[in-house]
Amino acid sequence: MRVAAAILRKELRLELRTFESIPGMALFSVTTFVVFHFGLNRATVAGDLAAGILVVTILFAGMLGLNRLYVADEEQGGFDGFLLAPVDRTWLFVAKAVALFGYLTVLEIVAVPAFAFLLLGPGIGQALPGLIVVLALVNAGFAIIAALVGALAVRTRARDLVGPLIALPLLVPVVIGAAEALEPLLLEGGAAVLPVRWLLVLGLYDLVFGLLAIAVFDPLLED
Amino acid sequence: MYGKGIAALSAATVVTLVGAFALVFFWAPNDADQGFVQKIFYLHVPMAIVALCGFVAGGIFAIQHLRTRDAVYDLKSYVAIHLSLILAIGVLVTGSIWAKAAWGHWWLWDEPTLVSFLIVFLLYATYQPLRFSIEDRERQARYASVFAITAGAFVPLNFLAVRLAEAYTHPRVLSATGGAMPGDMRLTFLVTIVGMALLFVTLWRFEMAAKHTRARVSALRRRLDGDADNPVLRRSAAPTI
Repeated sequence: MRVAAAILRKELRLELRTFESIPGMALFSVTTFVVFHFGLNRATVAGDLAAGILVVTILFAGMLGLNRLYVADEEQGGFDGFLLAPVDRTWLFVAKAVALFGYLTVLEIVAVPAFAFLLLGPGIGQALPGLIVVLALVNAGFAIIAALVGALAVRTRARDLVGPLIALPLLVPVVIGAAEALEPLLLEGGAAVLPVRWLLVLGLYDLVFGLLAIAVFDPLLED
Repeated sequence: MYGKGIAALSAATVVTLVGAFALVFFWAPNDADQGFVQKIFYLHVPMAIVALCGFVAGGIFAIQHLRTRDAVYDLKSYVAIHLSLILAIGVLVTGSIWAKAAWGHWWLWDEPTLVSFLIVFLLYATYQPLRFSIEDRERQARYASVFAITAGAFVPLNFLAVRLAEAYTHPRVLSATGGAMPGDMRLTFLVTIVGMALLFVTLWRFEMAAKHTRARVSALRRRLDGDADNPVLRRSAAPTI
């Protein structure tokens, strides 16, 4: 646990000093909303369309984070230093997943108000509690997959390609769950009840892949 | 060692498959609703089931590979996933043809089994590029195993999620009630599944034998040339043993 906390501190300090991931992700999400506005030629969106745009934007902005997650460790010897330390390797995964969860949360603090301001038809206030629950589950699922796939992809020759290619199909259940859960929250006539079934699907996904990723992460860091 | 008994296995496969398709065309009744077109079911569904089992088997071999670090298990996993990918293309093509004939569209998004199969196919389609982009053979095997385990676990979860999301137009073949098939159709279907599974195992054995033989031949050739100590390093997605 102390190990994970130490790595997490290092991650956050690195991000605060270089601002490599979060500003890029946030800017990307706002730009994507503008692109959606012109691509769909719609002034406002609601319901399933709004849920889809929000989920897809967060997903693609998150891909930028995935691609950058391990690059510093690979290029500047972070992996070697970590392997020399007598600690359990799984903590690196935990720290990276928690760090990415944090990045995504900051991204959403920018992206959701921007979405409400630029595109969303109905007001966001009523939907906000449900939205936070769904996005927290989405962030957890994304962070788990990205921390695993990022480690898998970073030491291949085409890392920026391999990472998203593997991560996107793996994240389809998250997209389905999030889009279905968010749709009733963003309806034109005001937020309806949060569908518990889809929260359960998202929670189950996070649980299964969290355990699975912890189980298979070790062999990725051996040399 | 993979060649042993392969002749008998091949014969059994041929007999079962020929018998299965004889049953399909001459014995099983035409579907009351869809007519003759429904016969593609006996090709499409067994292929899909065998392909998914092959993907999961690839994951199980990958677990054994990570446990024992024996390159043979990596090869087993690779061959299983490779064959399943080929079957998966067949599944998508036959499924599309069947959808066109039965529902009038080449592709239906409100059709959970077809859609989840496409997602699984897209995921496994990255298996070979992943292997190919890692040059170090030992690392390639390890990373491929991690991928195979993750993707193998993903297969059932993905089907669950997509099935929950969609309407139920696709027939539930293996439901608790036996899919409400008449007896002769169900028997034909079971025989085609056995035939397809035998075909998969036979092809898998052939591929394993071929890869082993090729590795031994190239090792012998290197010894003849006198440079046994520096093996040829070609970039390849296939594992070496």
